[in-house]
Amino acid sequence: MEPLLIVENLKKCYGREGALRTRKEVAALQGVSFSISRASTLALVGESGSGKSTLAFCIACLERPTSGSIKFNGNELTALDGEQLREVRPQIQLVFQDPARSLNPRFSALEVVSEPLLVQGHLSKREREDRAHTLFAQVGIPKEKALQRAEEFSGGQRQRLAIARALALAPKLLILDEALSALDCSVQAQIANLLVELQSSLGLTYLFITHDFAMAGHLAEEIAVMEQGNLVELGAAEKVLQSPEHEITRRLLAATPRWSFAAHAAKVV
Amino acid sequence: MTPLLQVQDLHVAYTSRAGKKIPALDGVSFDVRPGETLGILGESGSGKSTIASALLRLLPRNAEIQKGVVLFEGQNILAAEPRSLERVRGARLALIFQEPSLALHPTIRIGDQVQDVLAAHQSLSRGALKEKTGQLLREVFPVDAEIIADSYPHQLSGGQQQRVMIAQAIACWPSLIVADEPTASLDPTTQQDILSLFKTLQTKLNLSLILITHNPALLAGLADRVLVLYAGEIAEIGPAEKVLASPQHPYTRALLQSMPRGLDEPDQERKSQLPIIPGEAPNLASLANGCRFEPRCADRMELCFKREPKAVVLNGTHQVACFKYGE
Repeated sequence: MEPLLIVENLKKCYGREGALRTRKEVAALQGVSFSISRASTLALVGESGSGKSTLAFCIACLERPTSGSIKFNGNELTALDGEQLREVRPQIQLVFQDPARSLNPRFSALEVVSEPLLVQGHLSKREREDRAHTLFAQVGIPKEKALQRAEEFSGGQRQRLAIARALALAPKLLILDEALSALDCSVQAQIANLLVELQSSLGLTYLFITHDFAMAGHLAEEIAVMEQGNLVELGAAEKVLQSPEHEITRRLLAATPRWSFAAHAAKVV
Repeated sequence: MTPLLQVQDLHVAYTSRAGKKIPALDGVSFDVRPGETLGILGESGSGKSTIASALLRLLPRNAEIQKGVVLFEGQNILAAEPRSLERVRGARLALIFQEPSLALHPTIRIGDQVQDVLAAHQSLSRGALKEKTGQLLREVFPVDAEIIADSYPHQLSGGQQQRVMIAQAIACWPSLIVADEPTASLDPTTQQDILSLFKTLQTKLNLSLILITHNPALLAGLADRVLVLYAGEIAEIGPAEKVLASPQHPYTRALLQSMPRGLDEPDQERKSQLPIIPGEAPNLASLANGCRFEPRCADRMELCFKREPKAVVLNGTHQVACFKYGE
């Protein structure tokens, strides 16, 4: 079967005012190509500023790439506009790093989750609430909490809400932009488990953007490494983790703190 | 060796908007020896940042230190006069926060901000101040120290900003630095750079360091001893290799087990369910009688929900607050 997402030679330049009013071009993506198979996970790793988020925004149709192709479920996204975009966008959803900042704190859980349904305008109020309750059950939010405000939830539960909201429109692809990194370790494990469950029950495809190689190895079949707008390494997770080829991958791996004491104590002096 | 810092039976509570007292630290005692790194491991709401602020009496207005002693270089900080407190803060005991971009003044050049710290604590001539500022910046920026001194905070990266914070912290030769999640907003390579900078400076200046974090992986290889905080109390404290490699408290054990280990052991079971700690940390505003970890604990016994366990000493240096090891 054809992969859900095929990105080919994707480029994105941002114009920027340089010194003496000259315009300077910054190439955030310099020809990136990869694909993600259906119901699988690709982890995207790289230092800050390597272009990970730009890539995510281009795929989510929030930024227009300068050139290149993004084929999603058979559609060429870069060629779409207006009405067509509106049909594709719901199928690609984002979950951000810090749910304290990505959710409206004054919204109730119910409003947070049913807002995307309201915007799409296909469902009645009753149907939206039913859908919201199904989503609460899927992500493990007790239904008594439906009317609590988002700010009253703990960090982990807020991230569950953010995931429920992302799932509201039954997307095919979920872009998890550092979705675990702001959470406590024990909560990270809970949310990671939830992501695994949802992937197998709903057949979701994930683009998992992270700094955390250990989590990448746990969740993803494949790992891609970016540096300065280029995808410098892409391969099966265990291969990238155990025999990295590119220098930047090796450097990132070496900088990753290891929880196992013995492995680490020998390394850092 | 006499400890540099002794914290005894520290109790801190916050008053909520509704006027209710919510305990944040409930009888925390520990010490820090000269030249030592103590790692404080805790999750959100465990009280780890409250410790950092309480040590220097920098708590917000709605917080109250109800009880306890903080002895630093022989002086009880909690009873110190404002004048003598000023001589300690930022000079003998320095604090580094998580978000350097919020701790630096946005419209003052870096060099001046570092110099201000020196000027506040030492009476030096203008020339000497400048000279010393330059030295400090060169300490944390082996190259480009001059360019950095003339820059504004927004022109620096997160890692560079954190280096500036470190320069400010070491400006007056402190004996103890408390770093509260100093690398949380940095990417791994920068994080590693900052941690090794801490290590270098520590040896060079014979610093003691309290490193507060939620990430156990950071402490391995860096901390001499680790203190595990849960819901405002010490669950476990001991030598890092003991606490991290063979944790005794059920909370520490469960926490470490919940971390994916795809890196050290090739992950045969990708996408398997990670062992989790069920439930959430307790609401400190309405605590029950028993052990605070009891509702989530896999090893709970009948005793556990009746009373709170006291710390039990295992082989001299390792303390665990759990009934599994006796009463």
